[in-house]
Amino acid sequence: MPESLSPAKAAARGGRLAVRKTYKLYIGGAFPRSESGRTYLVDGDNVALASRKDARDAVVAARKAQPKWAGATAYNRGQVLYRIAEMVEARRAEFIALGVPAAELDAAVDRWVWYAGWSDKIAQVHGGANPVAGPFFNISAPEPTGVVGVVAPDSFLGLVSVIAPAIVTGNTVVVLAAAPQVAVTLAEVLATSDVPGGVVNILTGHAAETAPWLASHDDVNALDLTGLADQDLATELERAAAGSLKRVVRPPADTPDFTADPGLGPMTALLETKTVWHPKGF
Amino acid sequence: MTATVTSRLSGVSGSAFNLRSFLHGLPGVDKVGVEARAAALGTRSVKTTAKAAAIDLAIRMVDLTTLEGADTPGKVRALSAKGVRPDPADPTCPHVAAICVYPAMVPVAAEALAGSGVHLASVATAFPSGQAPLEVKLADTRDAVAAGADEIDMVISRGAFLSGRYDFVYDEIVAVKQACGSAHLKVILETGELGTYDNVRRASWLAMLAGADFIKTSTGKVPVAATLPVTLVMLEAVRDFRAQTGRQVGVKPAGGIRTTKDAIKYLVLINETVGEDWLDPDWFRFGASSLLNDLLMQRTKLTTGHYAGPDYFTLD
Repeated sequence: MPESLSPAKAAARGGRLAVRKTYKLYIGGAFPRSESGRTYLVDGDNVALASRKDARDAVVAARKAQPKWAGATAYNRGQVLYRIAEMVEARRAEFIALGVPAAELDAAVDRWVWYAGWSDKIAQVHGGANPVAGPFFNISAPEPTGVVGVVAPDSFLGLVSVIAPAIVTGNTVVVLAAAPQVAVTLAEVLATSDVPGGVVNILTGHAAETAPWLASHDDVNALDLTGLADQDLATELERAAAGSLKRVVRPPADTPDFTADPGLGPMTALLETKTVWHPKGF
Repeated sequence: MTATVTSRLSGVSGSAFNLRSFLHGLPGVDKVGVEARAAALGTRSVKTTAKAAAIDLAIRMVDLTTLEGADTPGKVRALSAKGVRPDPADPTCPHVAAICVYPAMVPVAAEALAGSGVHLASVATAFPSGQAPLEVKLADTRDAVAAGADEIDMVISRGAFLSGRYDFVYDEIVAVKQACGSAHLKVILETGELGTYDNVRRASWLAMLAGADFIKTSTGKVPVAATLPVTLVMLEAVRDFRAQTGRQVGVKPAGGIRTTKDAIKYLVLINETVGEDWLDPDWFRFGASSLLNDLLMQRTKLTTGHYAGPDYFTLD
């Protein structure tokens, strides 16, 4: 603090006092401080340190937003994801200033566009008519699992690669971010890209503190541990998740290569299949 | 002193003029002060064992309510079952105070609640508008009591109250109280339509003077329902009324109370305004429907150590 007020610094900025940014949480479309009032320093920036109650509030916001987001047309969700790509592109300089390599930023924008395209195609590829031995018309359709708790990887491309596949199919997410400044800047993108409030909620802080509360939360339907490096914690979280029969995406065994083609796996891991039997008459 | 005050009060109902003079002689409510006081009390932090006790008390104070045109006997039976055993998975969970339904649903609820200890409340007197002739209101009340309701929630004629016809409202409450017989009478002031805290205070006193056993904020059918400051004004009224007459009157905020946090704010308000005498289902109630599920979820959180989800509780 004192250095930002020092006359020398002020003079260097043309006589202005520095306006320092506090990186806050993103819950329900708003940017609140942590309910606990805690912050921590990351590379000299003040970042909100999320508590279990912030996680709880984020789940409430995600649950509230989920039915409407899942009920939006696939076309509409695709448009919104494409809009996110546009807005990331528009804030290019800001992400690069935070240390995101240009190539990775390009890949992340492309990833948003790629998933945007899947919004109205996943149902055909992952669902369809089933041949059954009987006079029935039988179809399967993928449906979103619901609210997904995500422990995100620290790279920007990794962050996009866990959020996009979850939300494109109609899930809503509570993301425990590893690289706070980049994640909160992405939150600022989301807040200005027609993404309804609550669809993506981003918490900064220590995943080891908040993740167990998401894992045991009865109102969270799935847990994506892609960004979790601690295997012991992952085992503990999976055990807690079993208490409410959550789907769990285990952390990858090796360091994941997010530049590779992700395939359908990240999307289908967070889908339920609804199958309808309809009698066929003559 | 008490004797003179009581005699002053007994003279109040003697004439329209006396009643009016008395109600308008009540001190005005300090709007800023009452709102600041309610907000300040709303910031109290209640945790762990105190919170567990508060949640159980709040469950015991709930008047589990369904007042929809779409109410069916099936829904009322389901709601009654829930009132008797709010959390079927946990036998230590207390039952609610009462089930509150329309008069037409009273027989169904009476059968479902028989022997359970849960009271049966029915709204009456042309709920929610109260715009009907007195005879209709009295018949409505008698029917509900005859069908098995032991608590009646009546609405006052706001039109008459707001136009200053206090004696009309007074006589109506007295008549309905008579029609109730042994049933408890809760008088709904519909504070959202009264406009000012001064009017809330006057209406509270008017209802108590006319014999109300409970004063209740709202029907839940107008946009502004129960708020903390309004409840604070009403609590002060019942406190002062008991100090002057020795008769204790209950308070029931209704409508808009949806979370455990809200409910606990009300409990703090009671404790700090009227004291522990009112911290009892006989003297304080919550008119609510969705509040119960939130209380149950918070209760589950405290007993299991992890957050509960609405999927595990019934939809009402």
